[in-house]
Amino acid sequence: MKSQSDDITPTLVTVSKLRKVYDLSGPWLEKVLAGKGKQTVTAVDNVSFDIKRGETFALVGESGSGKTTVARMVVGLLERTAGEVRIDGISVGSTASAGERARLRRSIQMIFQDPYASLNPRWTVGAIIAEPIVTFGLIKGKAAVAERVGELLTLVGLSPADAVKYPHQFSGGQRQRIAIARALSSNPEFIVCDEPTSALDVSVQAQILNLMADLQERLGLTYLFISHNLAVVRHVADQIGVLYLGRLVEIAGSRDIFERPRHPYTKMLIAAVPDLEDPGKAPEGIVGEIPNPVSPPTGCHFHPRCPLAMDRCKIEVPAFRDGVACHLA
Amino acid sequence: MSDPILSVKDLRVEFATRSGPLRAIDGVSFDLNKGEVLGFVGESGAGKSLTGTAVIGLIDPPGKITGGEIRLEGRRIDHLSIEELRRIRGREIGMIFQDPLTSLDPLMRIGDQLIETIITHVAVSRTEARARAVKLLEDVGIPAAAERVMSYPHEFSGGMRQRVVIALALAAEPKVIIADEPTTALDVSVQAQIIALLKKLTSERGMAVMLITHDMGVIAQIANRVAVMYSGRIVEIGPVADVVRQPAHPYSMGLMGSIPSLHAEHARLKQIPGSMPRLTALPAGCAFSPRCERADARCKVERPALAATGMTTSACFHPVTSTVAEVAG
Repeated sequence: MKSQSDDITPTLVTVSKLRKVYDLSGPWLEKVLAGKGKQTVTAVDNVSFDIKRGETFALVGESGSGKTTVARMVVGLLERTAGEVRIDGISVGSTASAGERARLRRSIQMIFQDPYASLNPRWTVGAIIAEPIVTFGLIKGKAAVAERVGELLTLVGLSPADAVKYPHQFSGGQRQRIAIARALSSNPEFIVCDEPTSALDVSVQAQILNLMADLQERLGLTYLFISHNLAVVRHVADQIGVLYLGRLVEIAGSRDIFERPRHPYTKMLIAAVPDLEDPGKAPEGIVGEIPNPVSPPTGCHFHPRCPLAMDRCKIEVPAFRDGVACHLA
Repeated sequence: MSDPILSVKDLRVEFATRSGPLRAIDGVSFDLNKGEVLGFVGESGAGKSLTGTAVIGLIDPPGKITGGEIRLEGRRIDHLSIEELRRIRGREIGMIFQDPLTSLDPLMRIGDQLIETIITHVAVSRTEARARAVKLLEDVGIPAAAERVMSYPHEFSGGMRQRVVIALALAAEPKVIIADEPTTALDVSVQAQIIALLKKLTSERGMAVMLITHDMGVIAQIANRVAVMYSGRIVEIGPVADVVRQPAHPYSMGLMGSIPSLHAEHARLKQIPGSMPRLTALPAGCAFSPRCERADARCKVERPALAATGMTTSACFHPVTSTVAEVAG
């Protein structure tokens, strides 16, 4: 949460120079016969950020910006091409001791976008939530595990009696609550939330966002929050990073970024969000679309859509300095 | 006021099931005037899309219009034959669907799709139709339209494809357009461009638009009036600015409060407890009463009818007519 103690809050997560390159080339024979060269796409390029303990760091961007790829690399679901992720001082995927690695796995959890796909339909809710407890051997004894499952269900606003039901008996919002209970069952410190509310109706979204805020306060959780919705991000985040075509273009505190956006893309993104407090106003000055990442623009990726672009922007990639990557900022 | 272009009175749509008919639309009435954009907002399952589908006669069995009437410029269109309806669709009522990829034929050049639509509905030669197709693509903002008519849908990006779908809907110059979630599949910066385009086209051509979306922000930007739907009924209808700023129905108020805003940070979102009832378990009386903090004994047995309440028309025995301050307190 926001406080004056920002400077002394230790950093829990450090992501440095994260990079993901996908090979899009065809099979070897096709390359030889058709004379096609190697083709790659850089989904994430040199992304670095820190998350302080107990805070929420949000990554925003449009489709194809690489936000989900970053999230998956941070939890270790996807192999990194380069770069490092350190959580509480331990490097993810490193040669740390088995004990340290187990502790790391326990302390990171993830909540996915689609609660219809992320819960096994053949398992009872109780079994789904108990799995991490049993796997990590956190609690011994059936009765004790069942009691903990009941506690977790209560914590997310469901009833302990729901443990015997199956996921299909719940609505989308309730399923997302089950997914949250499962994420909490291993007593994690750090939860990566990939678009946790974008499949939900707006009134249910409000319930889930409020629940996540309450849990953060009670349990001191740290969130990496992935979203395309700037208004949602404004409500949950302490720090916000804006991604464009795999590169971070700006990082700033939540209030700063909305009141004083520095990168032209951030400005465009904020201007594009419909404002309920100003009905009837159509968005202005928004042009173009995210280019194809297979053949991204040279220099600054944003220059073809940027109202301020100069010749330099077409050639030189702006360095990320002082929270922004722009030749003009 | 002149006669409305589209007039829907007491529309009822039911689905026959083994356990009896389910009433998905129950007594929906509204008028759509020339050049007006009427937004329909509500959560999934509220019946907003079904209302649009009923208007163009595309409800699939076992669904059926079981009551009420739909008039287009005074003529009843709800009991026409399939052949008569086909002539109205496209010619007099155009449709824009959510997913631009599935509304276009992937095997046909977009120019041919446009030309076919124009020739089907308007008595012009192929050459004239072709010139018209290019003009339409220019109108919807597709660069190099004369060359792009030869392209296939997959050669366009999502935003450009949606522009093609809009061009297709406009091809026969219909009087009414039904736009069902026209921007939901698009990124926010592309959405902003499509909204600006729709706004420009409707005011230039004086078309009436039924804009169906779950996104109140989109409606606030482009609609003149908005109808809030809940469990198959319109619970509130009125000018957009009034429904946004001073909603009278407790559901509309909850809905507005649960939308995250760009202006408030870290504020707790207002949440409506529970979720919308299933059609199989509709409560007696007002369908919103189980979730409503203003509900009393009467709300549980008697269904409120739409009536003028302050600036808008709403269906509630205890509308919020006082100032927002009192409600918050």
